[in-house]
Amino acid sequence: MSVSGYQGKKSIPHITSDRLHIKGGRIVNDDQSFYADVYLEDGLIKQIGENLIVPGGVKTIESHGRMVIPGGIDVNTYLQKPYHGTTTVDDFYQGTKAALAGGTTMIIDHVVPEPNQSLLTVFEKWHEAADNKSCCDYSLHVDITRWHEGVKEELEVLVQDKGINSFQVYMAYKDLYQMTDSQIYEAFTFLKGLGAVVQVHAENGDLIAQEQNKILSMGITGPEGHALSRPEELESEAVFRAITIANQVNCPVYISKVMSKSAADIIAQARKRGAVAFGEPITASLGTDGSHYWSKNWAKAAAFVTSPPLSPDPTTPDHLNALLACGDLQVTGSAHCAYSTAQKAIGKDNFTLIPEGTNGIEERMSIVWDKAVAVGKMDENQFVAVTSTNAAKIFNLYPRKGRIAVGSDADIVIWDPDKTNTISAKMQKSALEYNIFEGMECRGSPLIVISQGKIVSEDGNLHVHQGMGRFIPRKPFPEYVYQRIKTRNRVMALQGVSRGMYDGPVHEIPATPKYTTPAPSAKSSPAKNQPPPIRNLHQSNFSLSGAQIDDNIPRRSGHRIVAPPGGRSNITSLG
Amino acid sequence: MSYQGKKNIPRITSDRLLIKGGRIVNDDQSFYADIYMEDGLIKQIGDNLIVPGGVKIIEANGKMVIPGGIDIHTRLQMPYRGITAVDDFFQGSKAALAGGTTMIVDHVVPDPGASLLEAFERWKEWADEKVCCDYSLHLDITHWNDSVKQEIEVLVKEKGVNSFLVYMTYKDLYQMTSSELYEIFTFLGEFGAIVQVHAENGDIIAQEQARMLEMGITGPEGHVLSRPEELEAEAVFRAITIASQTNCPLYITKVMSKSAADIISQARKKGNVVFGEPISASLATDGTHYWSKNWAKAAAFVTSPPLSPDPTTPDYLNSLLASGDLSVTGSAHCTFSTAQKAIGKDDFTQIPEGINGIEERMSIIWDKAVVTGKMDENTFVAVTSTNAAKILNLYPRKGRIAVGSDSDLVIWDMDAIRTVTAKMHNSVAEYNVFEGMELHGAPSVVICQGKIVLEDGNLHITQGMGRFIPCTPFPDYAYKRLKTRRQMVVLRAVPRGMYDGPVSDFSSLSRGGTPAASARTSPTKQTAPIRNLHHSGFSLAGNPAHQGAPTEETPIRPAGRRIVVPPGGRSNITSLS
Repeated sequence: MSVSGYQGKKSIPHITSDRLHIKGGRIVNDDQSFYADVYLEDGLIKQIGENLIVPGGVKTIESHGRMVIPGGIDVNTYLQKPYHGTTTVDDFYQGTKAALAGGTTMIIDHVVPEPNQSLLTVFEKWHEAADNKSCCDYSLHVDITRWHEGVKEELEVLVQDKGINSFQVYMAYKDLYQMTDSQIYEAFTFLKGLGAVVQVHAENGDLIAQEQNKILSMGITGPEGHALSRPEELESEAVFRAITIANQVNCPVYISKVMSKSAADIIAQARKRGAVAFGEPITASLGTDGSHYWSKNWAKAAAFVTSPPLSPDPTTPDHLNALLACGDLQVTGSAHCAYSTAQKAIGKDNFTLIPEGTNGIEERMSIVWDKAVAVGKMDENQFVAVTSTNAAKIFNLYPRKGRIAVGSDADIVIWDPDKTNTISAKMQKSALEYNIFEGMECRGSPLIVISQGKIVSEDGNLHVHQGMGRFIPRKPFPEYVYQRIKTRNRVMALQGVSRGMYDGPVHEIPATPKYTTPAPSAKSSPAKNQPPPIRNLHQSNFSLSGAQIDDNIPRRSGHRIVAPPGGRSNITSLG
Repeated sequence: MSYQGKKNIPRITSDRLLIKGGRIVNDDQSFYADIYMEDGLIKQIGDNLIVPGGVKIIEANGKMVIPGGIDIHTRLQMPYRGITAVDDFFQGSKAALAGGTTMIVDHVVPDPGASLLEAFERWKEWADEKVCCDYSLHLDITHWNDSVKQEIEVLVKEKGVNSFLVYMTYKDLYQMTSSELYEIFTFLGEFGAIVQVHAENGDIIAQEQARMLEMGITGPEGHVLSRPEELEAEAVFRAITIASQTNCPLYITKVMSKSAADIISQARKKGNVVFGEPISASLATDGTHYWSKNWAKAAAFVTSPPLSPDPTTPDYLNSLLASGDLSVTGSAHCTFSTAQKAIGKDDFTQIPEGINGIEERMSIIWDKAVVTGKMDENTFVAVTSTNAAKILNLYPRKGRIAVGSDSDLVIWDMDAIRTVTAKMHNSVAEYNVFEGMELHGAPSVVICQGKIVLEDGNLHITQGMGRFIPCTPFPDYAYKRLKTRRQMVVLRAVPRGMYDGPVSDFSSLSRGGTPAASARTSPTKQTAPIRNLHHSGFSLAGNPAHQGAPTEETPIRPAGRRIVVPPGGRSNITSLS
């Protein structure tokens, strides 16, 4: 663990930390743990094994049997989210510093364009800001805040040329970001074609808007109104709807910010039915609950405001940790979006104006360790899976990230399961003046953090400089997500029934119907003529539906159905 | 059947009837007793009744005597794009009586934009002229605005309508958005009405229909392929969520799939006031027939939501009906002739939707649920009659055999076996979706308004003999719990000191509008910072932990203290916790 002298004889003027030798550690991947040494060079893992032959002048880290794990990947951050002209106090520099201090060596940040802005322009803006400031590797999700034809071209460019493979759509924020079910259907269809991961902010925005009006008109203006106007049923409803739509389109769906037991249960049930759905609880939902919205201290209550809100049910964190441990939820993010108390106070008279976001980028790994591993819910391998490996798999970074293996990036954390930290705003790296986990004692924390083969954090001291992080482009069609989808695409092709033309009487309808047809969409699509009435004996119907009783009884083509005027014809051969 | 007493009465004065030796089956108990009826009401129940002379006696010989069935969902004479369903109120109610149903509740479907009141009067006129059994009306709300609100008020307060149906499907025609549903639920909840929902996700259906047609699937199988049962379950889930937010009772019409039924039973377990109505078709047959090579047959099954292609569905729905998770049964009887269905011969989206079942409903439930041992005879009465009467606020006038109730009775022959066939049925339709099905259990005598209308297989009816039965709002069965909850669930603000710290400047002309656009229209009252020690949080949401221990925190921030944010650094205020 401590950095002991230099191997070899040459005197090296300063630490050339691009060559590192970690000795005596226990490597923990998501599938197994084993004792081995690791040799890093040029930001990559070059050798793993015992008695490695390494060049001279290599810095050696003695880890004394401690866990050596892949660096954490925080899949959900908002490090420069603008709100009404202000911007989060943690920018890419402050935020990634905090990430590294907590053992996270890669973040995926959300690009949030305003609905009228070009996705590409805003993407470039985020890219530039992150390149200048980020201290760890990063990638970007792009949020689709408005759905229209022009977006499609931009999405294609983003996927094919810019290395983006994940996009978020919103079911909440009415009249701003919210999409209708039809738009979501179209967006899912399109993104699936590109091989992207579709992320959903799942809350029913229509109902929230109604509830907000109601709550405000009752005179409730404080942060408790935020939780009251966004009950967890509205989250689970939207999750259910998102999964339903995704199933229709045969598209994978990723629910960001799973905040409540009921939403998590919906995801778990859907996965059992075979849906390709992923759920991401965040630091806050795993570590605390929504009872704090009722705090008498406005500033404290406001600090917890995020959407979907934390559930007031205090058993929520336990439940979410349990689902994370059993694999029903897969990844963890922080949704770190830090607004100062003064910024939060924009909504001091109206909770709907409070900028939303909680901290958690630094605490994420420790909280999962403390709440899940230290209490025996989860083993160390699953810990690696939910903090790093699964994220790498979903976003197509595996095995470059998320695994300690030869050839992988040298993003490594030496983890001390016994070290206890007390979370406090005084000690944190974030620029915030509060911490929603204030006073929480967490077992487990990183001793040494290595990013791109360099020691960036050691005994709590950070060695970073702005802009050292790289943008990591990602390719579409991640196997972990799309393998099943591709197979289903092949086997689930629908076919019509080939039957003789109906040649019976047809009731005449007035040429101009009194009102529109029930299915207006049908009009916009070319209603191709019926397939030719060729009897195809190989024809199979929709395969999931079971056999049809009467498939073998073709209608006699010469038989006419006669409906005498005003009476019934008692045709029993119809059965 | 003979006449008691000596007077020779020229014709059957069937307004005085005595049923002897029957076993009365209500939803709560069964017992042997005689029943005496007069003037359309049940006057006496018991043994050795003293009755006037000249009374017609029916010997029940130990057979079950049950309250007449109530078919809570029919669409007789329904207009659709210039055509009309072939079973009008006469044919339809005749079929109902033949099957043991003595009351129907029909749906009024105004065109979007048309007046609800006018449509109601039109339907009532049609029905009064022709209907042979008692009836009530549901109103379908096909558009939503302020004038609709006024009409609804009149309908509830003066016209005897207490149930309204809204559609979550038929995009651009009847479909309502979530916001509209929220408003309608809130509004109807205040008037004590029952909110019925046709639950299917219309947005996605429209997309799927377009996709099917593009793929060249134009036959009736396209109907079910474009309306998979997940879309039904999704809409049911959403409707329940909205009803739970607005604290309003909810009624799901036409429960057609296992997944939708599961959602309802889960919600009931969580305490939601929600009722589910499976129909004759979903209880007896399945959606495999959409793949029939016979177009006319496949088209006969077209209804929405469609029958599920999963053949285990009817069994499952009957089980939930027996266990009480589903509450009532209807038929959704809406028959179009094959020629009318053939309007959609080249495009399944044009096929008029509807299925038969008004005559078969009671026998189907007896055969599928009671004969198989899933359900007892008392639950049979509950799901075919009593529960419907309770939801419509007609109980105990309808749905029960008791002194003072309407004399709508059925003598049920549990041993009778009938084979359903279009040849024999009373509907005008030339097909029957239950064709060939052998059903145990049939009515042997049906009494409606104290008159024998079915005896020895012969119907004695005249057009227009049915009456309109007005329903009153706030049925206890649906509203009792909600009234209590409305008193309990009072949201309160947290009394806290005014926040007096620094506030960031922010551009009021935001670039993208506020995240909560709706917030601007509502008055933002500030609560007076009075400390109320009795304050309670949202009571159903689990007690927020802080409720119990508010004293642990600094209740109000010292007024003189300012939170200082030094430029560029953090101030490390830990007292914030």
